[in-house]
Amino acid sequence: MRRVVVTGLGMVTPLACGVEETWARLKEGQSGAAKITDFQVDDLACRIACQIPRGDGSNGTFNADQWMEPKEQRKVDPFIVYAMAAATQALDDAGWKPTTYEDQCASGVLIGSGIGGIGGIYEASQTLIERGPRRVSPFFIPGRLINLAGGYVSIEHGLKGPNNAVVTACSTGSHAIGDAARLIALGDADVMVAGGTESPINRLSIAGFAACRALSTGYNDDPTRASRPYDKDRDGFVMGEGAGVVVLEEYEHAKARGAKIYAEVIGYGLSGDAYHITSPSEDGDGAYRCMAAAIKRAGISASEIDYINAHGTSTPLGDELELKAVERIVGNAAGKLAMSSTKSAIGHLLGAAGAVEAIFSMLAMRDGVIPPTINLDNPSVETAIDLVPHKAKAKEINVALSNSFGFGGTNASLVFRKVT
Amino acid sequence: MSDVADRVKKIVVEHLGVEADKVTDNANFIDDLGADSLDTVELVMAFEEEFNVEIPDDAAETIVTVGDAIKFLEKNAA
Repeated sequence: MRRVVVTGLGMVTPLACGVEETWARLKEGQSGAAKITDFQVDDLACRIACQIPRGDGSNGTFNADQWMEPKEQRKVDPFIVYAMAAATQALDDAGWKPTTYEDQCASGVLIGSGIGGIGGIYEASQTLIERGPRRVSPFFIPGRLINLAGGYVSIEHGLKGPNNAVVTACSTGSHAIGDAARLIALGDADVMVAGGTESPINRLSIAGFAACRALSTGYNDDPTRASRPYDKDRDGFVMGEGAGVVVLEEYEHAKARGAKIYAEVIGYGLSGDAYHITSPSEDGDGAYRCMAAAIKRAGISASEIDYINAHGTSTPLGDELELKAVERIVGNAAGKLAMSSTKSAIGHLLGAAGAVEAIFSMLAMRDGVIPPTINLDNPSVETAIDLVPHKAKAKEINVALSNSFGFGGTNASLVFRKVT
Repeated sequence: MSDVADRVKKIVVEHLGVEADKVTDNANFIDDLGADSLDTVELVMAFEEEFNVEIPDDAAETIVTVGDAIKFLEKNAA
């Protein structure tokens, strides 16, 4: 199989629009959580979220007009605009602008989303009920479909290769990168624009996830302390929004054009819990098998992993199950492993989470800095693994693993290695 | 310019994101103003909304320029 490397990064997160802006704030231990002010929350159990900082585009703010024509924005849900922003950043970063027919056909896109245009579906439902079917916009369907994130990106950038989308809840971003890497490894494409995007912060989503008892509800007046993976006072995740997109490229293709290489995708593992629609399997078996598959594919031993970017959503059940699965997989090497949950800072970006966190893993590798797990005051269990509480830590990282687990019992792990 | 024409042109500018001076009576939505088939469906919906009138599909198909829309609405809108 052909080797696959990462040559471009792009993101929009609750900390900032842009990779370097987000990364700087993440390392500083900033939180993206705040009270929700855009819609009615007084009757919701959860009244906080990690929202993208909007503004004129300066100082890391997100200005949608920089990424998509206002006329087009009007037709789509924000998850598509976020994907356009992240994909354009990643392609610019990679310096890849396919112009010949051949290059365009060798460049594809695989961007997923957990739930796509739920906000627009909610609004159009109200239009249908209150004003009838003749008032439902022709852009309602194409602006809500999950694969239209990739559709818009392909049209904007002339990507005529494989065009696919992943929908695996909170594992979406990781599956998208892993599946896209396989398309390159197998020769279906030379370049893939891959990642995840999500715009779930609206009344309907909050009500729905709160009904699943998945959201934090005890920190409505103290939002920046709400996302606290592994802490004994954690009580659920904080919903986030945004997108993460990477440019994946066949190694020789990248080398031939002198592209900067962030990392090589050396492992990708998938598994299913076959257990429960929302709860992870009680023994952490799904997470364990998924990491084991990725490590096997990478052809390394688990002890070679220097850093794990955890799924760690700050839910009472999930965090400890993942931790146990990791302890089981690394065995005696637990003492030299660092694992942090960056969801402590940016919240849970659902379908975008895996892609954003894969990017954090590569930046940690590039800079030799592990982003912290903020708010981890009192770990709920003892472990030999360094959970990197509160402050970023310097550490040389050659191999990093990123985990994502989703509703439905769908798991994905990615393994990256520094290319020297 | 009639009141109807003003309102029609305002809608076209807003929905198609084009400069106001391009929205002449002769301007064809698709050929001159960059609309696609979905844009034209939405434009007709916006006209219905603004003028509180129903534009049947067979009539909508005959509205291909800004002037067509103005003429139809001047005749049919209350």
